[in-house]
Amino acid sequence: MANNIPENLHYSKDHEWVEVKDGVATIGITDYAQHSLGDVVYVELPSVGDKFEAHEAFGSVESVKAVSEVFIPIAGEIVEANDALNDTPEAVNNDAYGDAWMIKVKMDNPLEADAMLSAEEYEEYLSENE
Amino acid sequence: MSIKKVTQHPSQNEELIFDRSQTGRVGYSLPKLDVEETNIDEIIPEELRRDDDLEGVPEVSEVDVIRHFTRISTWNYSIDLGMYPLGSCTMKYNSRLNEKTARIAGFTGLHPLAPEQEAQGALELIYNLQEDLAEITGLPGVSLQPAAGAQGEMTGVMLIRAFLDKRDGEAAKDRRVMLIPDSAHGTNPASAAMAGFSVKTIKSTDEGITDLEHLKTLCEQGGIAGLMLTNPNTVGIFEKNIVEICEVIHDAGGLVYMDGANMNALVGVARPGDFGVDVIHLNLHKTFSTPHGGGGPGCGPCCCTAELEPFLPTPRIVKDGEKYKLDYNRPESIGRVKAFYGNFGMMIRALSYIYTHGDTGLKEATETAVLNARYLSHKLAEDFDKPFASDPMHEVIFSHKKQSRKGVHTLDIAKRLIDYGFHPMTIYFPLIVEGAMLIEPTESVGRQDLDAFVEAMKDINEEAQTNPQLVIDAPHSTRIGRLDEATAARKPVLRWKPDMDSMTKTA
Amino acid sequence: MRYIPNSPEERKEMLEIVGLESADELFRSIPSDVLLNRKLNITEPLAEPEVIGAMESLAARNTAATKPSFLGAGVYSHYSPTIVDHLIQRSEFFTSYTPYQPEISQGTLQYIFEFQTLVCQLTGMDVANASMYDGSTAMAEAFLMAQRITRKDKVVIAETVHPEYLQVAETYTQHGGLTIDTVHFDKETGRILDEDLTKLDDQTAAFVVQSPNFFGCVEDLQKLADKAHSVGALFIVVVTEAISFGLLKSPGACGADIVVAEGQSFGIPMSFGGPHLGLFACSEKYVRQMPGRLAGVAYDKNGKRGFVLTLATREQHIRRDKATSNICTNQGLIALAATIYMEAMGKKGLQEVAMQNAQKAAYAKKQIAAISGFEIPFSSPTFNEFVVRAPKNANEILEKLRTDKNIIGGLPLSWHYDDFQNDFLVCVTETNTKKQIDNLVEGLKAVS
Repeated sequence: MANNIPENLHYSKDHEWVEVKDGVATIGITDYAQHSLGDVVYVELPSVGDKFEAHEAFGSVESVKAVSEVFIPIAGEIVEANDALNDTPEAVNNDAYGDAWMIKVKMDNPLEADAMLSAEEYEEYLSENE
Repeated sequence: MSIKKVTQHPSQNEELIFDRSQTGRVGYSLPKLDVEETNIDEIIPEELRRDDDLEGVPEVSEVDVIRHFTRISTWNYSIDLGMYPLGSCTMKYNSRLNEKTARIAGFTGLHPLAPEQEAQGALELIYNLQEDLAEITGLPGVSLQPAAGAQGEMTGVMLIRAFLDKRDGEAAKDRRVMLIPDSAHGTNPASAAMAGFSVKTIKSTDEGITDLEHLKTLCEQGGIAGLMLTNPNTVGIFEKNIVEICEVIHDAGGLVYMDGANMNALVGVARPGDFGVDVIHLNLHKTFSTPHGGGGPGCGPCCCTAELEPFLPTPRIVKDGEKYKLDYNRPESIGRVKAFYGNFGMMIRALSYIYTHGDTGLKEATETAVLNARYLSHKLAEDFDKPFASDPMHEVIFSHKKQSRKGVHTLDIAKRLIDYGFHPMTIYFPLIVEGAMLIEPTESVGRQDLDAFVEAMKDINEEAQTNPQLVIDAPHSTRIGRLDEATAARKPVLRWKPDMDSMTKTA
Repeated sequence: MRYIPNSPEERKEMLEIVGLESADELFRSIPSDVLLNRKLNITEPLAEPEVIGAMESLAARNTAATKPSFLGAGVYSHYSPTIVDHLIQRSEFFTSYTPYQPEISQGTLQYIFEFQTLVCQLTGMDVANASMYDGSTAMAEAFLMAQRITRKDKVVIAETVHPEYLQVAETYTQHGGLTIDTVHFDKETGRILDEDLTKLDDQTAAFVVQSPNFFGCVEDLQKLADKAHSVGALFIVVVTEAISFGLLKSPGACGADIVVAEGQSFGIPMSFGGPHLGLFACSEKYVRQMPGRLAGVAYDKNGKRGFVLTLATREQHIRRDKATSNICTNQGLIALAATIYMEAMGKKGLQEVAMQNAQKAAYAKKQIAAISGFEIPFSSPTFNEFVVRAPKNANEILEKLRTDKNIIGGLPLSWHYDDFQNDFLVCVTETNTKKQIDNLVEGLKAVS
């Protein structure tokens, strides 16, 4: 099955996506990730003001019978968390790149995302690992 | 006026008790108050009393209660109805004799703080069971205080911690790693965490046993407090290197904890104490047939070496001449894990089980449990993928590999088994086998039932190959279909409220 | 062996089918040097009448079981409707397992849901789980839960919480970096000492209070809840006598964040201390930090309502070493017994039995207070237990009462509180008749 991998985003090998605008990164999990998790029933997110180093776990996503940590691909401080996911965790399954964004992060280093995978590279990575 | 047709017996549509409640119905009977009444305000002032009139608590008659529970009981599968082959759960026959002995008034009416000299029978019973379990496990220190297996595990790893702290003093701080195989029960790492250990995972080999080389590598990294090992392990295979495994751990300065969930494969045949194991927990509700009761109560005795005995929970039940006593003077004890002395009612049942079987009967039960699993392994190997070639002990593992290519997965096979009149096996555990089906028949199943189970499994395989949708849509015979667990978890409804939906949701 | 269906002949055939000559060969994977190779040194098999005989003779030596008794202290003698023990012996309940397959476990799941609801109603809380082992372990788990929620490492607990509960909490928390600080009681009232509340500070994860407390005194929970909340601590209420829910203001109505209780009073025999029943309830916002199992509503594809175990990702089989608890098996069948009890008693029964306990205890308290030399040392209101101060050593008095008058008159407080050599705890329930109470009073007069 073809994966939905939008062109304009950056990707991590842990299956997070990042969109950068004015030094602020919006982060969520990829369509591939939501597929492997199955029905998402709960999303646990950090609070505004929390600071993370790159690759730290910032929250978790739960399906009925599994919990997966979600990792932040870039360092920074949380400026917004998508609390709407508390009431509609199913958005992660339905709209992984839209309504189901998880956090907005003020990046310590705005160039950090450039080192992440491109859409093309991520697709290649997925096909290698399937 | 409309006439409702009855299409099903009312037992199929029993509502919640709250929907049956009618003001003024009564289901109890108390003698009249026989003392002079005091004004309640003088006993408990109004501001400390309830003012909600126990809102929502139902009012029903005795007949309502009897019918309610009898009806909903028919929605359950049970051991008495048929084979219940849940792997690692040991769903064996729960004898009525044990229910009878546990209900003798001299046991049920006994207060735990009664003077010791008037509770000698209970103390002796506990003592006798301790002695028998010590003999069965080859481990002389026994505490029956833990309430269930997980608590027995917690007790066990806390003993290890206390022992190491005493032996190594300050240096024990650098010894906090608990090794646990990737095939272990989830309670193992959870219990280790409660004792303040960090967990490192040991890989399993292609044979389905602990990877001895990986174990050695991890031990070389140092800091080893111990190992938590299930044996036979959770894929039903005996860890043939058990003696060497214990030696490796002991050489690394750690102790070996054995999860006794699978003792039904060993009782009367081999003893963990003889392998080199330092501490084990047992599940009286598995190996010693105390009823599972829909999820408890259990009893999780902890048995250990003489070295670890001083650390067992307080109080200990000891024999002093001809008297049995509670010994609270245990300065090195890890403390108490539960109020009083454990789930005594379960101890009565377990001792009745041991008395009934005796030395020869316990061994016969073990042999039969292993033979039954071996028989299923033999009969099902053609139709189902068996991930490990070794002969299984009391339980056998298969995977859905031969069915999944048709879109039929373990869950579907399990649900279809219900239509054939069997309780499904344990599924998706252990995690090291994809689509695992873990089957433990126990000794309580006769050959006809085993053959019927084999037939059912073969038929399901046939269906999976020729008409997979039939299996995928199963079960077809139950009063309720597969439930939407995702929505249940997203919007949890965990209690009744007056405005709640009734049986059938109106869209 | 009558529990094993296969005959020796069938067994032989099965061995042949799997290619073995003897049962011993089943164990070839066990190294031969660790095989037992001898009989277990336990009894030979006993016949059914012999087992009954052995058990009855043990039971007969528990002479306390059939005597008039005024023991309480966390375990209580109460009336249980006959149907409770009958219904829990239905095969479908007692020989089933944890409801992992909801399609064939709806009976169990539905009663768990009813149990959770009833526990919520009685405690005044939003959510309750499917049970814990007992009141003591429920309290210990509540400590750990409060530590997770607040990320603070100190629990302040009243000295008047059941001493064995505190010991269990000490065991559970000893490796998790949690410290436990104790608040003393007021020697006049028997309640928490107000001056000691300064021990609550902004580092406090939870303030833990039992009511009625170990001395039977009813605490002013509302006031204590406010105090806990004023420093940002959770307020945990412990109840060892569940019958009190029928009369006393619910902990939830007083501001509790977590309520833990012992449910043994709800139709469960004393059985020398177990199996009993841990009740665990909390505010909805903390549900994901709760230990134990939860049953919730779910629908099938035809819209038919059923129940499933839900929010399982908190539990050990999924989250392993990061789980909210290691608990797996809980007290299923005992929770069923309590559910049947609560439903059979119903609203009126729970109120009446609570009232009878309070009235009978009040009567006994008055009569004992009137005995020359005896007094009631604590002034606070009590439910069905109270402390009596005797003119001389309580151990000696109770011992004499037992041997001379055949009455178990209560529990000497020196059992845990060294300073109170002359004090003992008396519990009176609806099962104690007026005659028993009067005999106790006469007995105390005679032996003091």
